[in-house]
Amino acid sequence: MRKLTLAAIGMYLGILSAFSQNNTSGSFYKPRKLQFEEANFVSSYYHQDGNNSAVTGGMGSEKLTDLSNSIDLTISVYDKRYRKHSFIFDLGIDHYTSASSDMIDPHTISSASHADTRIYPSLNWTRENEKKGTTFGAGVSYSNEFDYQSIGANINFAQKTKDKNGEFSAKLQAYLDKVRLVYPTELRPANNGGGGEGDENHYASTPRNSFSGDVAWSQIINQRLQLMIDGELIYQSGYLGLPFHRVYFNDATVHVENLPSTRLKIPLGLRANYFLSDKFIIRTWYRNYHDDWGINSNAVQLETSVKINPFFSITPFYRYYQQSAVKYFAPYQEHTVADEFYTSNYDLSKFNSNFFGAGFRIAPPKGVFNIQQINALEVRVGHYKRSDGLNSNIVSLSLKFK
Amino acid sequence: MFALIAGIILNTSCTSVKPYQKNKLNDAEMSLSSRKVEKTELNFQTYREGASGANGGKTGGGCGCN
Repeated sequence: MRKLTLAAIGMYLGILSAFSQNNTSGSFYKPRKLQFEEANFVSSYYHQDGNNSAVTGGMGSEKLTDLSNSIDLTISVYDKRYRKHSFIFDLGIDHYTSASSDMIDPHTISSASHADTRIYPSLNWTRENEKKGTTFGAGVSYSNEFDYQSIGANINFAQKTKDKNGEFSAKLQAYLDKVRLVYPTELRPANNGGGGEGDENHYASTPRNSFSGDVAWSQIINQRLQLMIDGELIYQSGYLGLPFHRVYFNDATVHVENLPSTRLKIPLGLRANYFLSDKFIIRTWYRNYHDDWGINSNAVQLETSVKINPFFSITPFYRYYQQSAVKYFAPYQEHTVADEFYTSNYDLSKFNSNFFGAGFRIAPPKGVFNIQQINALEVRVGHYKRSDGLNSNIVSLSLKFK
Repeated sequence: MFALIAGIILNTSCTSVKPYQKNKLNDAEMSLSSRKVEKTELNFQTYREGASGANGGKTGGGCGCN
């Protein structure tokens, strides 16, 4: 009997060792060569219209279209100490046409400023120690369009709790930007922009710097609920208006928008996601915002993922937003010569907005359209309606390659 | 209002969830970050609204936005 038992144990151990993974494929082994993680392609078409253009002093067409395309690529490698290094390269290209920008020079039928292309590459690196639950990262970014240039840098850190159910993260960012002073034609000083519109070197530039610190805490509450609290402090200095925004005073004179040279913003965000059932997931987001220009704002978004099957879901969403006006805002011909700062930009006025729409996501196991490399496809359509009459529509497509 | 909501949620007792119990939390739709497909949406909101930040989008800087 004892021999039989020992034989049975021996057989069991033999089978176990035959099916167990050896050291080279076990959980401690990590590939040391560069690996492709994923790539994402996002394309969007945005169209808006309204009748409060800041270029023409708070009156006039705000018609604008924007075609935006971006691709990001993530590759990773493990170092000798089994820390994961990820490199994320992102390249975005936006092309927009704007009826209001066309009014920088109202004497032309269609000037060069009616359209522009913005190119914005970025490179980020993260080093994750999965055992300790820590992540360090850094990144650089660049953005260029005719009248605006930006160089950005960031560093970030994250630490998971021992049970991996909570995570603290912090991020510092800096943008050193340059605004090209493209004034409305009738307000251009003799030595600025006097050349042809294509003469890029003829416009003076002025700096705009932005520094921000962000701290966030994410926490798993239970097997169905997780949330994140996010707080930021943003300080901006330099030229914070836009030089082609006109302001008409009550004495019928026209001026270039003038705003303070510093701004402090404090947004606080809260995100909570709840797995209601195998069919429904509820995603919520709320933000409270204050700044020293006088904007107090609240935004809330609710989104439901309805899973038709494990590989196909529909996501209707709704977002409500409200803000108070900056202290320096007044509509067309309501500013006075006594005003030190002035703007008729309705983006800084008091309003509320509703944004609603729906999207769908397909992630079949054999890949989208049976192409294994296309891991997921998402389409999202939204309509935005602002209480001052501005309306916009957006349609976006995202493809994930893995 | 923010403090009230945060307080209610933080007062909800947390239970320790083991890695093998995270299948629902690991669902792609449960991610606490914005979706990739929302990228342009977040950008246009930064341009068209006075407030920004705390949503994974831009916070001013890097573009001619507020």
